[in-house]
Amino acid sequence: MSTGQTPLHKVQGLGASHSGTGHFWHERVTAVALIPLSLWFLYVMMGLSGTSEVTALQFLAHPWNAILMGAFVGFSLWHAYLGLQVVIDDYVHTPGMKIFLMLVVRFSVIAIYAASLVAIVRITAL
Amino acid sequence: MADNPQRPVATTRPLSPHLTIYRWPATMLTSITHRVTGVGLSLGAIVLAWWLVSVSNGPEGWQAFHAISDTPIGALVLLGLTWSLVYHFLNGVRHLAWDLGYGFEKGTAERNSMIILVLSVIGAVAIFGLSWTGHGGYLR
Repeated sequence: MSTGQTPLHKVQGLGASHSGTGHFWHERVTAVALIPLSLWFLYVMMGLSGTSEVTALQFLAHPWNAILMGAFVGFSLWHAYLGLQVVIDDYVHTPGMKIFLMLVVRFSVIAIYAASLVAIVRITAL
Repeated sequence: MADNPQRPVATTRPLSPHLTIYRWPATMLTSITHRVTGVGLSLGAIVLAWWLVSVSNGPEGWQAFHAISDTPIGALVLLGLTWSLVYHFLNGVRHLAWDLGYGFEKGTAERNSMIILVLSVIGAVAIFGLSWTGHGGYLR
């Protein structure tokens, strides 16, 4: 039966998951990055609560804040992608449905990130 | 077995005890809650992207966002996302500690589960409550 693996991949013995420890490691790296970013995000959301769009615009127009917001959204979506993959792997048992749902998650994550980045760039350019 | 070789194998095999048979320890609750809040936060990313797009659209965008977020349901969603983030953050740190080999003892794991549950509620109510009652806004 063809597994779609190259001979090299096969001989490396990466098993049924078709990958090694990459998923596990990326999940941890993004988690560690999200520790300071989440604290910063909560600090920002509290600090912007009850203000106007002028405050939010001025805050996000600052390059450092724009970079941090872009990083928070990026790492969050990357971490979410990895986490949702585990959920799909655990509960969806038909390969077709699994691939379909993973594509939905992948495209959604890219679309959400693209929309967020364009918004941040628009704000800094204002 | 020998008298009926046609008998389906599946019905004669003993099943291992499933999730529903166990009393729920705190560790089981915090484990499934980590997953549920993770999925919730994934949906929360859509809210965050929508907020960023709204801000970038100026006053009209800001008002359109607040027209929905200021409703009781909107506030409930934001409170839920706040709690999800605080909970997933705290329990996520514990996951990283587990990866380093700490906190596996039965008593410790059970105690830390309770601490995380209580702390996440206190943290979320404090963050959301202060913001909602106008005690935030320090970036003005």
